[in-house]
Amino acid sequence: MSQKLFQLTAEGVNKSFDGFHAIRDLNFHLEAGELRTVIGPNGAGKTTFLDLITGRTQPDSGKIEFEGVHDLGAMSEHEIYRLGIGRKFQTPTVYTDHTVAENLLLSLAGNRGVFASLFFRLDSTQRDKIDEILTRINLSSHRNRKAGTLAHGQKQWLEIGMLLAQDAKLLLVDEPAAGMTDEETVRTGELLLSLAGKHTIIVIEHDMLFVRQISTGRKVTVLHQGAVLCEGPVDSVQSNPKVIEVYLGRKHSR
Amino acid sequence: MNTKSRTEILAAAALALVLLVFMPALNAWAPENSFFYVSNFTINVWGKYLAYGILAISVDLLWGYTGLLSLGQALFFSLGGYMIGMHLMLMIGKLGQYKSDLPDFLVFLGHWFLPAFWRPFASFAFAALMVFLIPMLLAKVFGYLAFRSRIKGVYFSILTQALTYGASLMFFRNDMLMGGNNGFTDFKFLLGGDVRSAATQRVLYICTGIALLAVYFGCRWLTRTKFGLVQRAIRDSETRVLFSGYSAANYKLFVFVVAAGIAALGGALYVPQVGIINPSEMTPDKSLEAVVWVAVGGRGTLFGPILGAILVNALKSWATQAIPDMWLILLGSLFLVVVLFLPQGIISIPSKVKGLLNRRKKPSDPEGRVLRPNAPLS
Repeated sequence: MSQKLFQLTAEGVNKSFDGFHAIRDLNFHLEAGELRTVIGPNGAGKTTFLDLITGRTQPDSGKIEFEGVHDLGAMSEHEIYRLGIGRKFQTPTVYTDHTVAENLLLSLAGNRGVFASLFFRLDSTQRDKIDEILTRINLSSHRNRKAGTLAHGQKQWLEIGMLLAQDAKLLLVDEPAAGMTDEETVRTGELLLSLAGKHTIIVIEHDMLFVRQISTGRKVTVLHQGAVLCEGPVDSVQSNPKVIEVYLGRKHSR
Repeated sequence: MNTKSRTEILAAAALALVLLVFMPALNAWAPENSFFYVSNFTINVWGKYLAYGILAISVDLLWGYTGLLSLGQALFFSLGGYMIGMHLMLMIGKLGQYKSDLPDFLVFLGHWFLPAFWRPFASFAFAALMVFLIPMLLAKVFGYLAFRSRIKGVYFSILTQALTYGASLMFFRNDMLMGGNNGFTDFKFLLGGDVRSAATQRVLYICTGIALLAVYFGCRWLTRTKFGLVQRAIRDSETRVLFSGYSAANYKLFVFVVAAGIAALGGALYVPQVGIINPSEMTPDKSLEAVVWVAVGGRGTLFGPILGAILVNALKSWATQAIPDMWLILLGSLFLVVVLFLPQGIISIPSKVKGLLNRRKKPSDPEGRVLRPNAPLS
């Protein structure tokens, strides 16, 4: 066991859609407890990469492994979900007609069968867990409010809370700051930072201010045309001429 | 929320008391010419309404709570009726037109022996079992295929409509040996009681009321469990449910089968009271009528559909006599009015009125808080 154990490894992954090479020869390694930010221009393959991890699409070649044993390329969405990989989509998707607490209850880890749900009773550990998550995502005072009436940012937090409720080991968070006010963005960053260590997190983001907030002292991965362009601390990445050319440069010239 | 649910329970209890205790008692013991007398006809009509109430709940469980607009509930309702009808046909004995042990229509079709699948229906217990088994089995097979193929929304409605239509065409055929387009009628006895007598009809009426009450409380329990939460989550956002790790197909299949059983129970209680069952009961328009009751009463509530079933049918009883040509126009307008102005149904009228009154009071309200942010929408 001299080799380091990664929680998530992707090696030589390729995926194309109708001739468009979305992911080409992608290599990606993630340690347990890491908070990794993935950036890249539009069409760099960021969302496709998440789709591959969550089983929404399967790789054409290459291997994606979780905890060194589970081959994610061969598993279906709910099987992968049950391994403890949770995903937050770009637009907030919460159950709008359910209360905040009910949203978390529905996401709690446990048997998801029809009959189990008929005779389900919330025990005290689960109740504590819901309380704890509510505090963490700053929604304690809104627990009995319908989720549909929450502000946009609060919905995003609730959705992150739902990932926590399901005991996800690996959180895949797609553009959490999109559409948020500056204050909400900062709080979202704080929330993600507080989760790092206990959970492994991949954050996909465009907003560079937000990226700097959450990735100071951490690794940032830059994707370009479906492959890793470079990887490293946020400062060195941002001053990397290749990155400036494909990503920041292009953005600045717009 | 709590006071609202308490009012609902109180209203249900009051209605149950009137319908289940007072009405049958007055029918049995009040002198026939007194003001308080409830006629046999009234009991019979109300028995029908209550059976429709059961059907309405089954529609609402699917449509209001799970977002599945099934137009197949009339089929399950009729199937339940047909199963009990088979038993009733065999209980006629030699009292039929042809003085034969066989049901009249079989004699008419030239049969000498009872077909094998008819025989066990001589037992009431068997027939009662089949009332649930056949519709629920059909729902299970159909639902399995539909939900596995992820058939949703309007396509599901169309498919259930097609199923109902297909089944009615089948039952219209004489060689199905289920009475063809005349169906079953001329019932005489049920469990030793004469179904033509007021006493038996009264018992049937009370049984229907008890069944409706049991279905109401059963569904109330069901929709308040975690199952109910998942059910409503499927209604609001099915794809999200998949990403919460629930198999939406299994949940929908379960509700669909349960709702089929409920509808069948309603049908089995309906048939001995109206005295006839034929394929015209299992048409898509009958399913649609039940959808209208639910919409009028208030979907997504359990009390609303019962109220809707009773009110719309009472209106129908009156209108088809008073203004027969106008009935369908009236029904259509009612549906439009509800959809446009009362999307939560008539059950939402009290809270709407309260809301209006509160708004009036607004200037004098010292707190200045009128709309609570977390007040339920209905």
